[in-house]
Amino acid sequence: MSDPAKTVQSALNGAGYDGFADIREGGPVGMITLRCKPDVKALPKAVKAATGMAMPAPRRIVKDGAFGAAWMAPDELLLILPYDQVSNALETIAKALKADHHLAADVSDARAVFRITGAKAAQVLAKLTPADLAALQPGEIRRSRAAQVAAAFWAEDGGFSLVCFRSVAPYMMGLLTHSAQPGSELDATP
Amino acid sequence: MSTRLAKGGRLIDRSAATEFTFNGRRMRGYAGDTLASALLANDQMLVGRSFKYHRPRGIVAAGPEEPNALVNLGSGARLEPNQRATMTELFDGLEAASQNHWPSLEYDVGVVNNTLARFLPGGFYYKTFIHPRAFWKHVFEPIIRQSAGLGRAPKDRDADRYEQAYAHCDVLVIGGGIAGLEAALQAAKAKKRVILLEQTPHWGGRAPVDHGTEVGPLVAELAAMDNVTMRLRTTGAGVYDHGYVLADERIADHTPGDGRPRQRLWRIRAGQIIAATGAIERPLSFACNDIPGVMLAASVRDYVVNYATSPGDRTVIVTNNDDAYRTALALHGAGLHVAAVLDVRAQVTGDLPAQVRAAGIRVEAGRAIAKVKGGKRVTGVQVCLQAGEGAVLEEIACDAVAMSGGWSPAVHLYSHCGGKLMWDADHAMFRPDPAKPPVNHDGNAMVSCVGAANGDGIGAGEAPMEAAWVMPQGAPIALRSKMWLDYQNDVKVSDVQLAAREGYESVEHTKRYTTLGMATDQGKLSNINGLAVLSQALNEDIPQVGTTTFRPPYTPVTLGALAGEARGDIFQPLRRTPMHESHEAAGAYFEPVGLWRRPYTFPRNGENHAQAVEREVINTRTNVGLLDASTLGKIIVKGPDAGRFLDMLYTGVMSTLPVGKCRYGLMCNEQGFLSDDGVVARISEDTFLCHTTSGGADRIHGWMEDWLQCEWWDWQVYTANVTEQYAQVAVVGPKARELLETLGGMDVSKEALPFMQWADGTLGGFPVRVYRISFSGELSYEIAVPASHGAAFWAACMAAGESLGVMPYGTEALHIMRAEKGFIMIGDETDGTVIPQDLGLGWAISKKKEDYLGKRGQARNHLSSPDRWQLVGLETLDGSVLPDGSYAVAPGTNANGQRNTEGRVTSTYYSPTLKRGIAMGLVHKGPERMGQTVEFNTVAGGTVKARIVDPVFYDKEGAKQNV
Repeated sequence: MSDPAKTVQSALNGAGYDGFADIREGGPVGMITLRCKPDVKALPKAVKAATGMAMPAPRRIVKDGAFGAAWMAPDELLLILPYDQVSNALETIAKALKADHHLAADVSDARAVFRITGAKAAQVLAKLTPADLAALQPGEIRRSRAAQVAAAFWAEDGGFSLVCFRSVAPYMMGLLTHSAQPGSELDATP
Repeated sequence: MSTRLAKGGRLIDRSAATEFTFNGRRMRGYAGDTLASALLANDQMLVGRSFKYHRPRGIVAAGPEEPNALVNLGSGARLEPNQRATMTELFDGLEAASQNHWPSLEYDVGVVNNTLARFLPGGFYYKTFIHPRAFWKHVFEPIIRQSAGLGRAPKDRDADRYEQAYAHCDVLVIGGGIAGLEAALQAAKAKKRVILLEQTPHWGGRAPVDHGTEVGPLVAELAAMDNVTMRLRTTGAGVYDHGYVLADERIADHTPGDGRPRQRLWRIRAGQIIAATGAIERPLSFACNDIPGVMLAASVRDYVVNYATSPGDRTVIVTNNDDAYRTALALHGAGLHVAAVLDVRAQVTGDLPAQVRAAGIRVEAGRAIAKVKGGKRVTGVQVCLQAGEGAVLEEIACDAVAMSGGWSPAVHLYSHCGGKLMWDADHAMFRPDPAKPPVNHDGNAMVSCVGAANGDGIGAGEAPMEAAWVMPQGAPIALRSKMWLDYQNDVKVSDVQLAAREGYESVEHTKRYTTLGMATDQGKLSNINGLAVLSQALNEDIPQVGTTTFRPPYTPVTLGALAGEARGDIFQPLRRTPMHESHEAAGAYFEPVGLWRRPYTFPRNGENHAQAVEREVINTRTNVGLLDASTLGKIIVKGPDAGRFLDMLYTGVMSTLPVGKCRYGLMCNEQGFLSDDGVVARISEDTFLCHTTSGGADRIHGWMEDWLQCEWWDWQVYTANVTEQYAQVAVVGPKARELLETLGGMDVSKEALPFMQWADGTLGGFPVRVYRISFSGELSYEIAVPASHGAAFWAACMAAGESLGVMPYGTEALHIMRAEKGFIMIGDETDGTVIPQDLGLGWAISKKKEDYLGKRGQARNHLSSPDRWQLVGLETLDGSVLPDGSYAVAPGTNANGQRNTEGRVTSTYYSPTLKRGIAMGLVHKGPERMGQTVEFNTVAGGTVKARIVDPVFYDKEGAKQNV
């Protein structure tokens, strides 16, 4: 039969668009939603063991290469890691938090990830999200919306990374493509 | 004749000639012209017909307040009606057409209304069309609809694209005149984040024309500052609560087809809003003040100075203030003749009049215009005393009349969110009341006005103006019925006075009765004049009468900009399952389920939908079918209190469910009404997976979190909505097991995986969780795979089932098969008024539990009444399909004279399995009436008889699903 490792398919198969900023669907990316009270002593160790990251401060994301840990809510973290390391990480978390009430779930396949890059990447987002991008702090993750759907994003490597639900990935691609059309730069002078 | 002057024109580029057409006639202008200035340069003084009387109308103003020069702009996919020529930048190839005329602008038959004007007074529509009632729909409305509206609605799909953008700032300055530029600079120097907007393509506002001010250095200084964003061609359209402002940027209106978005709607959050929106000059109300060639005085000098366009060789100026004398000087300076300045004031003493006199121009004090002479253009004016009744002292021949009734601050943005105004009697204007501004969340002023918008500088250094609301003040009805207040809606001084006589005291009522200020210009020129006339007629002071309410937008915003990017493919987010593309390739017909698109059926070679559904049902019942069940809600509930939590959420007991097993559950709201249903699987001692309906996933997840965060915050339970993590495939039918065994990888036998159990494993190499649950009555497995494998797993199932006759089936076959089994569907059998007990689901309600959400509600006497309609199956005696939503009729009528009813149909289908119509319905005491016949009404009228039967039509023993 088929080799399932080869059938792993991200939402849009890496589709892209080169406009005044470049849009690229990335993935699959490993993601774990981890719900746990922030004062649980074993939590930082669990996060560290699963991703190598320190605990993120509220509204912040700690990121290093393919690994990251993001604060999503007072009792919720999003762990980012390579797709094929998720099951090991889940085991690691289960062990580290064995004695503590928590919930860790694989959500890698529930999400789509986009990269928006280029000097004017922020202008693409500014057309879609009511968040104040100029006020975005280094290492800050915003849970906001893009037009009509939920989206989270943060600045990274000369652009932005954006996460949304997988089922609306084509809609998100449509939004980003529309917003990155050459000639529609927000700082263009006629 | 209006014409282009040989010299001057600070905004036009004479080296860039531009061709355009008006009503098909080719004309020439220059880059930098507006359509209005170019029309005047081509002696096109007649630009449209008025709405009611079809009177000839010309350009009155030079800015956004223009009421008359509205054109259909463009053609085909770029046609847009009601575009103000004064705000339309000229470009090569521009096509404009005048509006509201038939058969042509020059010869309009509607002008007959003009002679019938005395039969069309204020409130005409209300008075005429109210009786007889039946005439409204069949006679009046069609005629009014045909004659209503100024422009033509575009019929083609808009060729352009639009977008929106968000912006944030400390200080938003709206208006790029001298006051706005200075306010922006001051804020910028205080290190504020500043956005400065200007509706025209030029900075400076009136200052360059009126005072010769050079704003270049100021603009350059602002442009060089990093904390300042400047946008031309962007109108501040509306101010809303909490510093929220909508602004409309016209990016490519003047460069159509260049690939840029045509317009962009800015959604701005501002800490502080400064309205530097200037002031609008008021017309004067004299007879025939609507004849083409009668213009606002300041607009006349705008055309001369900015565009080197003269409205005529000989101009008469009529004014009640000194400002209009600037027009006399501008005309004189351009080598044009000012025949006279008629000033209503008895003494004319100001500095500006002195300059005009010194230039040798005739100035007449205490004079007014009795009447303007001319038809399609001005030929002269009759002069009278302002103090009198209009006896003609002399006639002066002229081509144009420049009028000025004083200035009104543009207080619209200040007023949108409730800022109050105060009456300034010296300048006869409403200005912002600084004590009553619109306020922010913290009680501080949200909007402040600067410059002329605040009334500052109006009349400064000039002799006092003198209000003149009717000219002459004692004008008889013959003159008053020719004095236009609202040019666009044809409202005259006499109409407002009639309304007052008929008892309309409130300005809001008078506005609606006469339609004053209700046209596309929203009364920018007519509001103050109209309410002044009303207050005089009511013998009250102007502040007592008050203004009408200013509402956004300041000037019209096109629907395209409001819709922004939301059209075509991205009109709304359509949720797609991982298998969506393969369904598309299989020719699926989709239906919306929430925002999801699910295959309704998969028609094959020429089948209609009914035939395709029938095939899918029969194939699933005899061979094997595949259903994409990925949209099903999946929520993980985990923690030491998870069982206790679910026992409260569901009507049944979930805490006793053994690990590895599944149980069907019902959820109710606090009132006891059925809200959602689904199968719960116990994954481990402290973890459950709750399936919800497709439409209910987000709602139920929110419902769970609501209870956990607000009520049971000390319970140790976490939830996670993992709906989209898994693609779910239902493999259904007698050959389902064979198909899975072909894929191979785990034991799916009855012994290893009995009905209502689940198991983890692999199938065909895919990591899967298999649930033995059935919503069809057949042997059935629901298989969850990570979404990234969904498409491949679906393909693998199709391949493995090929020799077994596998076919995909859609939601309609799903619905029919569940109805054949008597399974209820949330949203069909339930509608928010139905409790589980109504549906014979008492077995799923725990009698032992102390409490669950809805228990208390269900105990109320109306919900526990034995008289409630209850679920039964329905079989028509003739085998036909009952109409959906049909009611069972009972003898007699109710208090409203309506036929009594005793039940209704909730689901009805043609059953391909039973080859007859089947239905479920709620019937009064239904379960006690098995075998009885009831009558249901039909769409065509009449009734159809149906027998009350058990709702389970197929395989009552459940033998087929338990193999």
